[in-house]
Amino acid sequence: MNTAEKQRIQAAFKEKMDYDELMNCTRCGFCLPSCPTYIETGRDEVHSPRGRIALMKGLVDGVIEPSDEVKKSIDMCLGCRACETVCPSGVKFGRLLEQARDAIYQSNKQSLPEKMLRGTFFNHVFPFQNRMIGLTGLLGFYQRSGAQKLARSIGVMKLFPESMQAMEKVLPQVPKKKTMKNRPQHVQPLAKKKKKVAFFTGCLMDTIFMQTNDATIKLLQYAGCEIVIPKTQNCCGALHGHSGEVAKAKEMAKKNIVAFEEAQVDYIITNAGGCGAFLVEYDHLLRDDPEWKERAEAFCRKIKDITAVLVELNFHKQALSMPDQIVTYQDSCHLKNGQKTFMEPRQLLESIDNVTYVEMKDASRCCGSAGIYNIVQSEMSMQILDYKMVQAQQTKAKTIVTANPGCLLQMKLGIEREGLSDQMQAVHIVDFLLEAYENANGIVSSQKEAAAAGMK
Amino acid sequence: MLAKELKAKLQDIVGAENVEDDNASLLAYSYDATARFQAMPDAMVAPRNKTEVAAIVKLCNDHRIPIIARGSGTNLCAGTTPASGGIVLTFKHMNRILEIDEENLTMTVEPGVFTKDIFDTAQEIGLFYPPDPGSMHISQIGGNISENSGGLRGLKYGVTRDYVLGLEVVLPNGEIIRTGGKLAKDVAGYDLTRLFVGSEGTLGVITEAILKLIPQPETKKTMLALYHNLDAAAETVSAIIANRIIPATLEFLDQATVKVVEDFAKIGLPTEAKAVLLIEQDGAPEVVERDAEKIVKLCKENHAFDVQIAKTDEQAEQLMTARRSALSALSRLKPTTILEDATVPRSQIPKMVKAITEIAEKYQVTICTFGHAGDGNLHPTCLTDARNTEEIALVEKAFAEIFEKAVALGGTITGEHGVGMMKLPYLHLKAGEAGIAAMQNIKKALDPNGIMNPGKMLAIAEKEKAGDLQ
Ligand SMILES: Cc1cc2nc3c(=O)[nH]c(=O)nc-3n(C[C@H](O)[C@H](O)[C@H](O)COP(=O)(O)OP(=O)(O)OC[C@H]3O[C@@H](n4cnc5c(N)ncnc54)[C@H](O)[C@@H]3O)c2cc1C
Ligand code: SF4
Ligand code: SF4
Repeated sequence: MNTAEKQRIQAAFKEKMDYDELMNCTRCGFCLPSCPTYIETGRDEVHSPRGRIALMKGLVDGVIEPSDEVKKSIDMCLGCRACETVCPSGVKFGRLLEQARDAIYQSNKQSLPEKMLRGTFFNHVFPFQNRMIGLTGLLGFYQRSGAQKLARSIGVMKLFPESMQAMEKVLPQVPKKKTMKNRPQHVQPLAKKKKKVAFFTGCLMDTIFMQTNDATIKLLQYAGCEIVIPKTQNCCGALHGHSGEVAKAKEMAKKNIVAFEEAQVDYIITNAGGCGAFLVEYDHLLRDDPEWKERAEAFCRKIKDITAVLVELNFHKQALSMPDQIVTYQDSCHLKNGQKTFMEPRQLLESIDNVTYVEMKDASRCCGSAGIYNIVQSEMSMQILDYKMVQAQQTKAKTIVTANPGCLLQMKLGIEREGLSDQMQAVHIVDFLLEAYENANGIVSSQKEAAAAGMK
Repeated sequence: MLAKELKAKLQDIVGAENVEDDNASLLAYSYDATARFQAMPDAMVAPRNKTEVAAIVKLCNDHRIPIIARGSGTNLCAGTTPASGGIVLTFKHMNRILEIDEENLTMTVEPGVFTKDIFDTAQEIGLFYPPDPGSMHISQIGGNISENSGGLRGLKYGVTRDYVLGLEVVLPNGEIIRTGGKLAKDVAGYDLTRLFVGSEGTLGVITEAILKLIPQPETKKTMLALYHNLDAAAETVSAIIANRIIPATLEFLDQATVKVVEDFAKIGLPTEAKAVLLIEQDGAPEVVERDAEKIVKLCKENHAFDVQIAKTDEQAEQLMTARRSALSALSRLKPTTILEDATVPRSQIPKMVKAITEIAEKYQVTICTFGHAGDGNLHPTCLTDARNTEEIALVEKAFAEIFEKAVALGGTITGEHGVGMMKLPYLHLKAGEAGIAAMQNIKKALDPNGIMNPGKMLAIAEKEKAGDLQ
């Protein structure tokens, strides 16, 4: 790191960090045992929450200079916020991390692959739903055309980090471009109407995981919801916010607020923990913008995860059944630590007939997916995943249920890496619940139908 | 900065991957849980076994380099801030439980084992390791032994000291000695085990410990007594003890503390009460039942307006966990929390509580009080802001007065957190000049070059150097 760059970063830290929040940390160390990187580095204080906060404060105070090691510590953080939940002092670590990354990345040169990733995805792909569709359309073409087989056999994928190579194998089959663009904007309930909700589709969810989104809408219908799906919504901005692209994130937040204000609903439903946790913090993101602050607060109050609304509407008391099996649940960090939703998914799973729910040890510890973490911090991510898979296997589960697309891919990746695909599967909770509901109520599987149609 | 050849020698001993001296590592080992103290070490070294520890200590002794043994850095006396630079030793590799001896009821551990793991491992086989400092899920046994840590069960079960049967220590000259053993009785020579317990890393490096385990109590009962004023709660503490009941836990929390703890834990604590006692009794069912009845009666006689009994084990555990978070939770109110642990004979608790309130008023500072009331160990905690130098000066005066009062009541300046750098200026109040001189002589005899955690506990003239106050 050269001197000019050091100066730039240090100045950015002084400008961007919330010093009061830094002071809030009493350095009691209570957060250390909950931090996956502290554990996986064999208790390295540099890679602990307390250490990271101290580094940030050290930079602001001028006690240390920016360095590659400091940057590495901030980079290696998963942003899982497990430390936040256990902190008795209430330190908002997630926010400190965002500020720190903003300070580093607004003034730092990244490595080439990372830059390409950030550059392309952040500015050009995620913000625009149709480009996202275009990109995943390409992925679908790649999968269907046989190019995937070709690429695998000539080993092009070896050029990418290990996690990405394996990831390539577990990516779901992408629906055809035409199907993706054809979503109704207003859907009526299939039971007695109890609530009017809007559905936040999410950029990644509505492309690669479109089937899960369809399942979410179906579940909401069965649960008695009238659903609005505003067309003008866009990506939540989480990936930008978590990676030092705050200005971009704000822009996207405003667009979403406008889109959902028009819908006039009781709740705004999400089915991706990562998006949800970012959406509920729009008020914080826009706190310095007097014009938007209140509107953001109103928006935030309405955000609810699909599992939370299902439990509120007593969906778990309906008939639900699956073939006999053991099921375990991997918490989504952001759903648990950001939205404080962790009982509901378990409650729902436990109420399915023939399902034996077995809690896995450290279920709430991050799986190592963490946005694009498994690509840019491949080694640490795989180390964390290995631990996770050991715990998952201990439960003897056939199905690992998750509540976030990133976690879902990571779990699929874990299963693939361990060579367990013949005995274990990973699914999104929404897909699992829909199947359980339709199974119990003798309804022809809407998912299989849709899948068949999409692939034609 | 570490000289090149020294670094190379250290790398030879422990392997290159176990010596860190980049600026991030130095900063990460520059602090502990004590507010306002920070100083940079020259390197962090992680030995893998006692032989490596001995080699490091020898090298440092030859070159007069300070060694700061560090557990998890949760001490509250600036015990691990490297005030004179030097090497921070961590025990991340020396973290194994070596043996559980069910015949002699002992557990042999390396210094880096987390306290909670010792407790859990014992519990799994129906045994009990009682010392439970509030920080137990992160503190390490090496740190506990060196601070002689107490906890929520000190009243009935004693403190860490009462569970250390033997130690293996690397002395400052690099020799390895073993003290005590799996013995209920042992009078062969000076009791070095007790000397090292609570020595704050100033006399040597602990590399192994034999701990005493006891049978698990059969049952327990946990309750909360609520009061309209502090005095009544304090009087109850004295009344319970005077009635010959020794509860396992007898904790005191004032209203401000209860409020912040509830804010964090959200378990429905009674925030309307001015003071709360958290009481737990354990043992044989009939004894617990009888004691609980008596305790409830005594609480009511001493004007508790309500006594609530935990209905399930989970509820009981929630209450204990909530109490453990008290100190950190207090920092929700103000940026800086400065906490002390003046301790008095338990009969003097009402007087001490009153004195603390008066002193806080006199200096116009905010002091919340909670603590292990049953063993006379209070934690008056001052809520302040390190950036406000005027207020900090007042806080220091207030604490000095609190220490004097505690000693005047037959108490001490610190019951369990240790002296470190923070209470070094007050040690004479308790130990007296002659007492300090005796301690200095012990220190000089074992560590003539003053390399072990210099600047802590005792001021040894030539080595003295204040930490960088922030
Ligand atoms: C929120 C909170 C609550 C707390 N509650 C309590 C409580 O209820 N009761 C209580 O007594 N304390 C309490 N403490 C204080 C602290 O946790 C204890 O002093 C604990 O024993 C420190 O353990 P550690 O592993 O963090 O040691 P450190 O803080 O790292 O070190 C403590 C001392 O031990 C020395 N040391 C560490 N390892 C070795 C070794 N192997 N050989 C020689 N010396 C060594 C260090 O040099 C230092 O002097 C609390 C602290 C916090 C932050
Ligand atoms: S638990 Fe909170 S206050 Fe304690 S060290 Fe971690 S972040 Fe700081
Ligand atoms: S966010 Fe997760 S990885 Fe980062 S410091 Fe907190 S617990 Fe550790």
